[in-house]
Amino acid sequence: MPNMNMLQAINNALDIAMAANDRVLCFGEDVGIFGGVFRATSNLQQKYGKDRCFNTPLVEQGIIGFANGLASQGSVPVAEIQFADYIFPAFDQIVNEAAKFRYRSGNLFDVGGLTIRAPYGGGIAGGLYHSQSPEAYFAHTPGLKIVVPRNPHQAKGLLLGAIHDPNPTLFFEPKRLYRASTGEVPEEDYRLPLGKAEVLKEGTDVTLLGWGAQMEVIGKAVEMAEKEGISCEVIDLRTILPWDADTVIESVLKTGRLVVSHEAPLTGGFASEISATIQERCFLYLESPITRVTGMDTPFPLALEKEYLPNHLKVFDAIRASVDF
Amino acid sequence: MSTTTSKAVHTPTFTDGAEFSIPTFQLLQQNGKLYKGAKAPALKKATALRIYRAMVFTRVLDERMLAAQRQGRLSFYMQCIGEEAAVIGSAAALDEDDMIMAQYREQGALAYRGFTTDEFMNQLFGNEMDYGKGRQMPVHYGSAKLHYMTISSPLATQIPQATGYAYGQKLAGDGKCTIVYFGEGAASEGDFHAALNMATVHRVPVIFLCRNNGYAISTPAAEQYAADGVAPRAYGYKMDVIRVDGNDILAVYEATRLARRMAVEDNRPVLIEAMTYRLAAHSSSDDPSGYRSKDEEAVWKEKDPILRMRQWLQSKKWWSDDQEKEIQERLRREVLETMKEAQKRPPPPLESLVTDVYDEVPPELNRQLENLKTHIRKYPDEYPKTAGQARGGE
Repeated sequence: MPNMNMLQAINNALDIAMAANDRVLCFGEDVGIFGGVFRATSNLQQKYGKDRCFNTPLVEQGIIGFANGLASQGSVPVAEIQFADYIFPAFDQIVNEAAKFRYRSGNLFDVGGLTIRAPYGGGIAGGLYHSQSPEAYFAHTPGLKIVVPRNPHQAKGLLLGAIHDPNPTLFFEPKRLYRASTGEVPEEDYRLPLGKAEVLKEGTDVTLLGWGAQMEVIGKAVEMAEKEGISCEVIDLRTILPWDADTVIESVLKTGRLVVSHEAPLTGGFASEISATIQERCFLYLESPITRVTGMDTPFPLALEKEYLPNHLKVFDAIRASVDF
Repeated sequence: MSTTTSKAVHTPTFTDGAEFSIPTFQLLQQNGKLYKGAKAPALKKATALRIYRAMVFTRVLDERMLAAQRQGRLSFYMQCIGEEAAVIGSAAALDEDDMIMAQYREQGALAYRGFTTDEFMNQLFGNEMDYGKGRQMPVHYGSAKLHYMTISSPLATQIPQATGYAYGQKLAGDGKCTIVYFGEGAASEGDFHAALNMATVHRVPVIFLCRNNGYAISTPAAEQYAADGVAPRAYGYKMDVIRVDGNDILAVYEATRLARRMAVEDNRPVLIEAMTYRLAAHSSSDDPSGYRSKDEEAVWKEKDPILRMRQWLQSKKWWSDDQEKEIQERLRREVLETMKEAQKRPPPPLESLVTDVYDEVPPELNRQLENLKTHIRKYPDEYPKTAGQARGGE
C-alpha cells in the first residue's frame, strides 16, 4: 500500500472520481494548470482537459452558483473554495440554494452531485483569514452534509464518499495536515460512510470527541492521560451534519464523561450542540459536566495563535478535571 | 498576462461610455401594424396562436387569482400583467426542452410550455397534488417534465445557476441552452455579475433575459442604476446584447430566436434587455399608489402587449372577435372551476415535513417527527389538518 500525504490522497480521490465518471468536474480559483494553491488538483487539467478541470474567475458566489446549476443538470461538480475563510460570499448559494434545492422542489430537482472542498483550520500562521473553522455556521442548515477528515486514508475514502453521496456536501480539509499527515492509503476506489462516527480507541473513564486536525491534538492529550492511568475512549465524529449521535451516546452511557474539542470559537460552536444533545439523552449517566475545549470567542489571532488554540495541554487538563470532578 | 489590447495615449483620457448607445428593437406598433421597414419573423399561425392563448390564459389566471387572494382563498399572489410578451415571446423562441430558470413572475413561460390549469392551482393552494408538496409560497412553480426549474424566492441566485446548467448542456453536446429571467432590480445583485462574467469566460450557451419593468417593489429603475439601463453591462463582459421593446411580441420572439442560435451554435451567451412595465403591483402585499401615479400607469396600459398582438393576429385574419369572446369565457370558467377543485384537496401528508431534506430521512429527523406525532395526538383539536394522520401512526 503506498504512503501518501493528505494532499496526495485528495488528489488521488479526485483522479479516481474523474476517471470513473466523465461528468465529474473540478473547478475553482487556480485549480487549473497550477493545480490549486495547495496542489490538491495537480495534473487533473493535464489529464482530463480544460473542460473538466479549470480556473474560474475570482468569485465564490459565482463558483457555487455555477456548481449548483451544474449539479441540478446532472453533472457532478467538485468545487474548490480556496480557503474556508472565503466561503462566505457563497453563503447564500450554499444555505438558501444548495441545501434547499430538493426540499423546495418536492424532489423534482436536486443538487445531490455537489461537493464543495475547502481547506480550514489554524496552526499555519494564517491569522484571521486563513485559519477559520466555519463548520458550525453550516451545521445550522438542514439539507447539507458536512465532512471533515483526520488523515490521508480518511480523506480519500470520505471525499469519494462525499462525491458519490446524493446530497450536497461540504468537505473541510485540515490544511495544517495537508503535508504533515502521512500514512498508508489504498490505491483503489473505496468510500467511507457519511454520517458515521468512528471509535478510534475504546476506554472506560472518559469519552473524547473531535474531528479533523483536532484528532491529532486529542491523541497527544490521551497519551498523557493514559500515562496517569485514565482510560480514554476516543471518537472521531467525521461527519458534522447529520451527526452520529447514537455512537456518542453509546460511549457516554459507558464512560459517564465527555470532553468535546474543536478549533472554532466556543459560543455557538458545534460542541455546544453535542453537549446539549448528550445531556438530554444521557443525563442520569453523567458523572461530571460535559466539557468543551475550543478556540476563544475572538477572531482568529496571529502572534498569539498558540495561546488561542485548544492544544493537547488544554485537552489534557479538561480530561483531568472531568475525571476528578 | 493582461488581455487588454488597449492602445496607448499620452494625455489623461477618461470615458464614461457615452459613445455607446444601445437602440431598442421594435417590429410591431400598438395598432397591430409593422413599423415601416420592419419584417415579421417567420412565425407559423399555430405557434402565433399558441403564444396568444398563453398570454390570454396568463392574464385571466392573474386577474382571477389576485381576486382569490383578496377574498382570502389564497395567502399570496404575484401577477405578470403587462409583461406577458417579454416572457412568453422569449419562451416561444426556444426549443421545448431548453431549460427555463425563472425569477417568479414568469408563469406565462410555464403556461406556454403546457403546465395545466390544474397544475397551477395545486401549487397555488399547496395541496397534496402540488409537485412542491406545499412547501413554498404561491407562484413558486416547477416542472421537471417541462424543463422549468422550481422557483426560489432569493433574487438572482438563479442567474449563476443558469450559467452552470448551460455549461453542463454544452459539455453534454445536446444542442440545448438555458434561458434565465430576472428583473432590473435583481441585476444589481452580485450573482448577476458573477453569472455574466463566468458565461463569457467559459463560453456558455445561456440567454440572460432581463425584464426591465421599471420597478423593484417600490424602487424605480432610476434609483436602481445610473447607467442607460442594464444592457451596457454586457460590454464589460464582452457579451452580445440586444435591447428590445418588451411589449412587442414579434420583436421579443425574433431577438430570442437569434440569441438562441448564437448561444447554441457558437457558445455565445447573450443578454436581452426587454423594456416593459409592471402594470401589476409587486405582489398581493404591495400597493403601488404610494410610489407611482395613475397617469404613469395609464400610459403603459395603452401599450398593452396582449392587445397589440391581438390586433396583429386580426390584421392577418388569424383571429376574430368571436374567438376572443369564446376564449375569454372558456378560460375564466376553467380557471374558476379548477380553482374550486384544487382548494378542496387535502394538504400534503405529515411525513412530507421531513422528506426531501436529504435523499433519506436521517435518524434524528425521524425522532423529531415521532415527537411531533406524539404532541399532535395530545392536542388533536389544535392540528385539524394532521390529527388523523398522527393517530394513524399509533
